[in-house]
Order: sequence, then structure tokens, then C-alpha cells
Amino acid sequence: MASTPRTSPEVGGMGHSVKRKEDPRFLRGKGNYVDDIQLPGMLHMDIVRSPYAHAKILKIDSSAALKVPGVLAVITGQTLEQYKLHWMPTLMSDTQMVLPTEKVMYQAQEVAAVIATDRYAAADGAAAVEVDYDPLPVVVDPFKALEPGAPVLRTDKPGKTDNRIFHWEVGDRAATDKALAASDVVVEQKIYLPRIHVASIETCGIVADFDRIRGKLTVYMTTQAPHAIRTVIALVAGHVGLSEEKIRVVSPDIGGGFGGKVPVYPGYVIAIAASVVIGKPVKWVEDRMENLQADSFARDYHITAALGAKKDGTMTGLRIKTIADHGYADAAANPSKFPAGLFSICTGSYKMPVAFAEVDGVYTNKPPGGIAYRCSFRVTEAVHAIERMTDMLAQELKMDPAQLRMKNFIPENEFPYKSVLGWEYDSGNYPAALKKAMDIVGYDALRKEQAEKRKKGELMGIGISSFTEIVGAGPSKQFDILGIKMFDSCELRVHPTGKATARFGTKSQGQGHETTYAQIIAEELGIPAAHVEVEEGDTDTAPYGLGTYASRSTPTAGAAGAIAARKVRDKAKKIAAYVLEVSEDDLVWEVGKFSVKGAPQKSKTIQDIAFAAYTNHPQGMEAGLEAVDYYDPPNLTFPFGSYICVVDIDRGTGEVKVRRFVAVDDCGNIINPMIVDGQIHGGLSMGLAPALYEEITYDEDGNVHGGSFMDYLVPTAMETPKWETDKTITPSPHHPFGAKGVGESATVGAPPAIANAVVDALAHLGVKHIDIPITPEKVWKILKEKGAAE
Amino acid sequence: MIPGSFDYHAPETLAEALDLLGKHPDDAKVLSGGQSLLPLLKLRLGAAAHLVDIGKIPDLEYIREDGGFLKIGGRTRESTLEHSPLVRRKYPLLADTAEVIADPLVRNLATIGGNLAHGDPANDHPATMLAYGAEIVATGKTGTRTIPIGKFFTSLFETALAPDEILTEIRIPVPPPRSGGAYVKLERKVGDFATAASAAQVTLGPGGEVERVGIGLTNAGPTPIQATAAEQFLRGKKPDAGAIAEAARLAASAAAPAADRRGSVEYKTEMARVLTGRALAKAIARAQGA
Amino acid sequence: MARHTIEINVNGAPSKGEVESRLLLVHFLRENLRLTGTHIGCDTTHCGACTVLLDGVPVKSCTVLAVQADGRAVDTVEGLEKDGKLHPVQEGFFQEHGLQCGYCTPGMMMTSCALLSTNGSPTEADVRRAISGNLCRCTGYVNIVKAVLHAAASAREQKAAKAS
Repeated sequence: MASTPRTSPEVGGMGHSVKRKEDPRFLRGKGNYVDDIQLPGMLHMDIVRSPYAHAKILKIDSSAALKVPGVLAVITGQTLEQYKLHWMPTLMSDTQMVLPTEKVMYQAQEVAAVIATDRYAAADGAAAVEVDYDPLPVVVDPFKALEPGAPVLRTDKPGKTDNRIFHWEVGDRAATDKALAASDVVVEQKIYLPRIHVASIETCGIVADFDRIRGKLTVYMTTQAPHAIRTVIALVAGHVGLSEEKIRVVSPDIGGGFGGKVPVYPGYVIAIAASVVIGKPVKWVEDRMENLQADSFARDYHITAALGAKKDGTMTGLRIKTIADHGYADAAANPSKFPAGLFSICTGSYKMPVAFAEVDGVYTNKPPGGIAYRCSFRVTEAVHAIERMTDMLAQELKMDPAQLRMKNFIPENEFPYKSVLGWEYDSGNYPAALKKAMDIVGYDALRKEQAEKRKKGELMGIGISSFTEIVGAGPSKQFDILGIKMFDSCELRVHPTGKATARFGTKSQGQGHETTYAQIIAEELGIPAAHVEVEEGDTDTAPYGLGTYASRSTPTAGAAGAIAARKVRDKAKKIAAYVLEVSEDDLVWEVGKFSVKGAPQKSKTIQDIAFAAYTNHPQGMEAGLEAVDYYDPPNLTFPFGSYICVVDIDRGTGEVKVRRFVAVDDCGNIINPMIVDGQIHGGLSMGLAPALYEEITYDEDGNVHGGSFMDYLVPTAMETPKWETDKTITPSPHHPFGAKGVGESATVGAPPAIANAVVDALAHLGVKHIDIPITPEKVWKILKEKGAAE
Repeated sequence: MIPGSFDYHAPETLAEALDLLGKHPDDAKVLSGGQSLLPLLKLRLGAAAHLVDIGKIPDLEYIREDGGFLKIGGRTRESTLEHSPLVRRKYPLLADTAEVIADPLVRNLATIGGNLAHGDPANDHPATMLAYGAEIVATGKTGTRTIPIGKFFTSLFETALAPDEILTEIRIPVPPPRSGGAYVKLERKVGDFATAASAAQVTLGPGGEVERVGIGLTNAGPTPIQATAAEQFLRGKKPDAGAIAEAARLAASAAAPAADRRGSVEYKTEMARVLTGRALAKAIARAQGA
Repeated sequence: MARHTIEINVNGAPSKGEVESRLLLVHFLRENLRLTGTHIGCDTTHCGACTVLLDGVPVKSCTVLAVQADGRAVDTVEGLEKDGKLHPVQEGFFQEHGLQCGYCTPGMMMTSCALLSTNGSPTEADVRRAISGNLCRCTGYVNIVKAVLHAAASAREQKAAKAS
């Protein structure tokens, strides 16, 4: 299954780089994104936002706004309070405001909403709303937030006397402390991963359309998880008469998600409420600045890590303590039992005998969140920590970082491998991936070049990241979101003329499911991928699923597709036996047809069988040829890879130039190599961006910096290097077709490779660590201190 | 994202345009390329009740040498400058500058006149014009006047243009033989304003010494900076590495940048030194090759 | 005046409208003409998702007033396909997987069309420079560059075939 495709290019099953079935409409500008939707009588909504990070609201004066031609209404917290919709639950069972009635808790928080006949009038109305505030003390430093005497932010929670959200820990604290104390070498480091934002090119938006006559709410929304949203709306707004069978959530074409389109944003709820009350469709699409300043952020983890080893480099233990800044509400989209996501993958690709990790969530005056940006539920944070610490260890031991990794990798024959923090890694071959990357980049020659350059005072660095990812949430035993288990689904129906429709509970935002899922069906049934119509995103028709994020689609919904197809094949076999007048045991399957053992000319294609299912099926059997599967994955999948980054540093300006970046990824068996490469390229770019360019910061008054594309530096084609990619293939033993997820691997693996390369370039000057983003000024400061600036 | 209301006028002659500006001295703005003005209006920063679009007025886009000057029409697009064979051949400092302004799409609309008239020290042309010793031609109701570039930038977002004047032409003295120039810009990414940038234009004498030199600094203060001390130092000297280094050091001492996300005062000042050194080296090499 | 009657030639056909002075060209195209292929991705003239051709030159239509385009020609993504045949740039993006979510794609393609009309044999560096005003989050740009080079090669072939 690994290398040569089993099916012909005409069928287009696994392994074929089938050109994308979704492209025709995008190429012609005929995509259907939320802002493209225009309904009769549709109104527009714009939001008034707080300039203060923490303030009492004294007065909201809508009188001038209501005089603006075209403005119909101004909605405030008071309006929503009548319907008990002014607060809502978050996906982590915290609560957040839809619109405030007393105070605002972050700069750019929603304060009021203006409904108007067109978007220009709505903007004028929003500009005319006058709000009086009384500023309150601001808390932006999570460490200060934890100090006794710090202002308590969540005064809405009765009895709350501090700013703590949760404490979570895993592993053996005592054993780890003991092991580190007894180690020959311990490297310890504070690592801060600042706030960043997915900044998909399409911002978030909704068209809410309540049909008064039918009592039905239709919501077109930029959401990665339409079914979960439908259930949340039914639970949150059930008391105002919305009932789940009369709610339809449609996720149309989505211009990039990356986790930023999973949470329920206040703007969505206000638009829905407005539509229900007014009885007309209401559209809300946010500006880029609103998107960057108020939507779910990512990272903001203050990590303190310690890694111990013997003199010979054998790792002895890992201890990590993290302060997680969640903003004023924990609105992260984690599985409910994992407030720090899958951070416990932090022992990485190494055989770690003992480990302990703890994460404390803290409230601050910042937007709520914070899971997003292709992080696989905090795996970017975990991998950054272990890969940085591994390089620090190598530096301390004066060992080559590749050699140190090879020495500590979990050996191939120890999989499935149970990590000391509780995960069973399904399969892996870490040495093969690293060796391949080293060969492609020419590692030994680069080290020689580096030595020569150092003599001349030129700065060149080589950084490695050998990451293990953890995706495909997840098994029902451990995983749920708001109680809903994290299975996923496929409903497959084969039509009389041998074509098929397959509906799934996930929702692509560019990952190519209309093509890859069709290829899965093609592989299992031999129906050409071109004849399989894939549908996602409409809760009226798609089977229930938990959506697409955290690289879970192929591991869960893809698996459901394969199993559903196998169920169909089982029934097809019965029909074939009936039509061919043999017993099922006499039949042999090759892709696309059943034939009689020893008499291959007696056969029926899947198309023949599909027709027979409606015209000539056996008595006692139901007509039709279809199946549904709700797949509960037995385990997560563990894609992995080794990345090697080569940088050159300008001694005058401190600029870091990525000269080369080699990425060797392993996501098990590959459905569509072209699409996988595309995911890697995009993921690498979203790893480069936080490593060198992007960050959102807050000054001590809670003013946000980096809240527009002027200062939030999304790399262009000029900053982005030419990515070099290759693969190893280590199938997942438990997945129906041996595949693992891949969408986020590169975003997880790339930042430490780049950071390690920069530190490596400066290591001979005594530099041990630099926090990302590694800006030219950060590098220049170091060069100046060390007397190495131009 | 959406501007407030305004009246829009598209006069077909310069006289009509000047008339409109005269009628609304406090709340009319010239719309040239619009790539600085429209973004401001969309953010509702800086309102204008009247926009006077000079896009239909003839004879405002040209590049020609005439009477000892390179004369550039005020509405000439940055992309036109970037691709002009004349500019690339004889005015490398100007070519260097045009090609790092914003991004290629913005350059298709942005104009050199707008870039200068905006009075933003973060724009790239001001420092370059200082280095060239250029002149600005302003046209008002009573006719045209020439403003030496040294007098053009008065303070942050303020120029010597009167509210009822339009910048109609830029004049750069045709460089003598053995001249060269270069613009070196440090930006966080393509499309950004300069963290720091330096413009250098030199003419070498027959013995290879520096006969004339102009150095301008971008985004190093509330107005673009002319590094006069550095210029004075270099005049008459042989442009060896030591001289360049000292000139760069003197240029940096003229810089008074503000700290922001692009950098601290210390970093930006240091970069003024590093970039001036590089701009001078490049300019001199070009002059030696010319 | 605050309202104007304008006529813009869009994709070869005259399109009239009565618009406010402040109406952005991108909104005129998307809302008045229902040509929603041109997208909006930011509010500071950075992302380029709104790129169209104005008299053949690629510009960010979010930073042009509709009234400024009066009497001029605008080309959008909807006008690329001719008589059921994809433009070489569209074909290049399809063949080389130059798009994922599709949101930046119309803008990328319009910029690329303009590049190829002035430079029929761009290098990879030329392409990266030309698209440096268009942001993409999904593709990492590698396949976009391949798509444009594919289109250039294909356009040269078509030209050669016509000539012979």
C-alpha cells in the first residue's frame, strides 16, 4: 500500500496525485464564502468595541447612531439580558460575555452592535454610538495576576478570589525531581511563546436567517465544526425557542480555518439573536483588525523546562512548568478533559524514563482563548519546548545535536510505545527520517562549511527538529468536547448508475476533502474518485461529526469513509453472489469487481452490482447500496518528522536569512501526495511566521500591539524560502488504511528547527537560547553584547 | 474599513483643481495615487469633506531630462519610475528607492508626488530627494514656484505646500560623470515602512576624491534627515573604508528616531550607521564604474 | 458631490451604477455587480485578496474608489475564462495545486496574469517579487510559483503553436 498505487489513475485511489475536484469553482471566482451570500431583505451588523482593556460601562448612548439613515437598531448587553443571552458558555465550560452589562474585560471587546440596511450605514452607526467608560486597573501579566492582592478579574463568578483558571498535571513529580537531582547534567530554560493569530485570509463571519413562519433558523457561518455549533446553539438558545431539529448550520466555502474558526464568537450569537428578533437575515463579517484583536489567539505559554541527562547524552528526565495566559475567559477549543490540550506529548520522540508536566491557566485582561494556529491542541508548545531543550542539552554536552537525538530516539522496534506521560505512540521510525533529512541537506558538508565560516567571523547555523505529533482526537474513552464524544462519520450511498455520494461530519477549509475522501472510497470500492461526490458542512444532511481541526479528519472521518465503504462492499458481495449464483466464499475481490474463483470471466463490477441493488437484489434483502459509519478511533495517530534548517545571519542588521529548509515528514500511508505536500508547504510557512515575524503584545494598559496587518507580519513570497520536502512512510497499525493526520505537522515542527539554527549560529559566542519571534533587533542586541556586531 | 462620507471631484484641468482647493482650504485633500490617503480615510483617521482627484488632469505623468534636470511629473506612478530605462541607467538611487516602496500592486497606483507631499518621514522618496538635492515645483492659482528640497519638509506630516497648491513636478539635477547613488532599506518584510534606510548620492572628482555627496535618512526623525555633518566630512576625501565608516558614524549621530515596533532608538540609530555605510559603498562603486 | 453615476467596463461589458463617492471599487464589484470572486482580506491595503486589473494593471481594489474607475476598464477573475476555456494562469493553478482554500487565489491569478503580459519568461525570483503584494496562508507559495511558471510555459507554447 505504501509506494505504488493499487488502483489505476482512472480510478484514482490512494497514492494518486488526483487534481482537486473543488478547484473548478475557486478558479472561476465562484466559491461560496459567507460574505458572498446575499439573501432578500438581508441586514448588516457592525460592532462597537471597547478602547479599554478593563473598564466599567457607565452609559451607552445610541441616540446619534439611531439617527443615521439606514440604521434600524442598536443592541446592547441590556437587550440580550432580556433573553438571558448576554453570557454564553465556552467550549471549556467557562463563561464569556456576548455583550457586557457591567464592564469590559479586554481592549476591542464587543460592547454594542448596530443593525442597518447596508454595511456602510452600519459602519456609520457604529462610529456614532457613544460609550462612557470608567477605567479599572488592568492586569496583563499572568505572573502579576497570580500574586496575592492582584485585582480579581472574574467578579462575575461568585466566591472567586483569585485569577486562577485551572491546574493540570501529569507524570511523576517526585520521581522526576529525584532523577534530575541525580543527573550528570541538567539544562534549564525559561521559554516564552507569545500570542499569535491564525490570520486566515478570510476573516470570520455569519449570515443568520430566522424564518418566522417555519420557526427555522439557518446559519451560514465560517465554522470548522458545524454540528457542534448547532448543538451549542440549541443548548444556549433553547430557552428562546430554538430547537435543534429546526436549526441548520451551513459551513459553505471557508477561506482558511487553522483553528481560528472553531470557537463561538460573540458576533455570531448577536447576529443570530438579531435575526430571531427582527425576523430578517442578518450578516456580520469582521474586519481584519477585529479579527486580530478579538478572535481566538494562540500560544501565550510561559514555559520553564528542565531536561536531565547522563554524561554520555542519555536523557534521564524532563520537568516542565507552564503558566498559560488565557485572557479573560478559557475559551480554548480543547477536548474537555485536557485543559492544556495534548501538551503531555512533550517527552517528544525520545525514550524518556521519567517526566512531569504541570500547566496553570490564568485570567488576564486580554481576549479569551487560546487554542488555534495549527497547533494540534498545544502540541506546538510541547514540541518547541522539547526540541529547544534537546539542542540546549547537546550544546551543554558539546555533542552534535543530530547524534544526541539518534542516541535518545525511541527505537523502531519498541512501537507501540507507551510514554511515561500516558500516550501510546502507534508507530514511528525516527532515525530513518532524521537520516534522510541529513542526507538531503548534506549535513556533514554544512558542518564543515560552518567551521570554515566561523574562522572568518561569518555566522551560519544549522537547526534540527525531530518532532512527534499527536492527532486524530479521539477515542471516546478520553475525548469529548462539551460532552460530545469525538468520533466522526461517513454516510455513503451508491446510486443505481454506479456513482456515489459520500457525506462526512468534518469540514474542509482548504485541505481538499472533496478529493481525498473520494479517493478513499475509490480505493475501497473501485468507483472512480471522479464519480464520488463528497459533501460536508450542512448539518441538515451531513452525519454528525466534530469537524476539522487538530489534523483529525483523515484519522477519524477518513477512517469512517473506509469502514462505510467496506460495509458497502460486504453487501455488494452478497448481491454479487446472488447475481452470479455462487456462494460468497467462491468470490474474490479485486478493486472494482467480484469474480468467481477459478472462473475470472464470471464477474460483476461494482457498477453492475450497484444497478442490481435497485433492480435485482435477493429476496429478503433491503434494496439500495449504502452504509453509515460512526468511527470511534481506538487511539490517536502519531505522525512525525525531522526538519533541518540552515540560516545565515547578517552581522550588521541581525537579519536571519533561511538559506535552506529540508522537511522529511511521515504521516503513514498517503492518500494524495500532491495534497500532502501542499499541507506541508503551508504548515512550514505557518512555522516560519511565528519563528521570525509574528507576535501580538500588550502594554501595561492592555493596549494591543500587532493588531493589524501593518504590524502583524504575515510573510510574503519574498520572506518565504523554497521549501524542500520528502517523506518516509510508517503506517499506523490501527488506522483502517494506515494513515495519520498531517495538516499541522509542519507548523509544529518548524519553529524549533529555525530557533535551533539561529542559536546554533551564535552558540560559539555563548548564546544558549532565544525566544521567538527572532527579530533582527533581538539578534543584533546579542551580537553587540558579544562584540560580534559589524 | 469603510470611510466616512465625502464629496468627490474629478477636475479636468489644473485650474479647476486649484479652484476647488481654494474653495475648501480646511477640509479638502488632493487624491493622487490614493495609496496613503485612502487607507487613512478607511480607518477614519483624518477626515476630508472634499477629495480632489487629480487623476484626469493631463500632463502630470512624465519623466524627461530637460535643461540640466530630470523632470518628473507629480502624478508619475512608482512602477513607472521603477521600470523606466532612463531612471535605471542614470539614476540608480531613484530606481533603488522606487522598487522598495510598499509592494508591486501599491506601486502601480502610488505616485512620487503623493509620496513627497504626504510629509511622512517614513516614506522613501524624501531622503532620496535630500540626497539628490532636488527641487519641488508647486503650482498654485498665481503660478508655479520652486522649493528647494531642504526647505520642503517642515514637520511631521507637514510640508511647505500651501493648502491650495499642488505638487506638479520634481526636479533632480542631472548627475555629472563619475556619479553614482544607492538606497538601502531595512524593512521587517516586503511592503513595510523602513525600520531604517539610507540614501546616498556621490560624484567623484578626477582624482577619485568625493566631489559632491548627499546623504538622506528615512524614518529617523519627525522629518527626513539630511546628514550634513557626514556630507561635510566626506567632501574632498578619498572614499576608502575608513572614510565611509566615519561618514556612516556621523550620519547616525544626525538620526533621532522614535522607538516603536520596528525597533528601539538604539537599534534604529545603529542601523542608520550600518545602512549608510552600505549605501555609500554601493554609491561609490557605481560612481567608480560610471 | 456625494453621489455619482459611473460607468465602468467590467470584463468587457459596460456596467453602470449610481454610487456614493466613498464606495470602494471592491464593494462596487462584489455588491452592485454581484461579482463575488474578488475577495476582501484586510483593512490596511496589505493582503491583495482584492486584486483586479485596472486598465490592465493590477491594483488593490479596496484602495480605489469606484468613482476613480469611471470610464475605465476593470478585469476580474470572472473574466479570465473565455468560451469555456480556462486561461493559462487558471490552468497552471489547477495543474500545480496552486490553491487550497481558494480565498487569495483570484487576487494571485490577476497579479500573475499581469506579470505574464509584461514578462513572458519570468524566473522564480520574478514571480515571487510580482506576488509580494498578495498574501497566502495555505500554500506556502511554493506551488503558486510553480503554477505561474507552468502558465508562462504553456502561454509560450500556445503562442509558438499559433505562429507556426
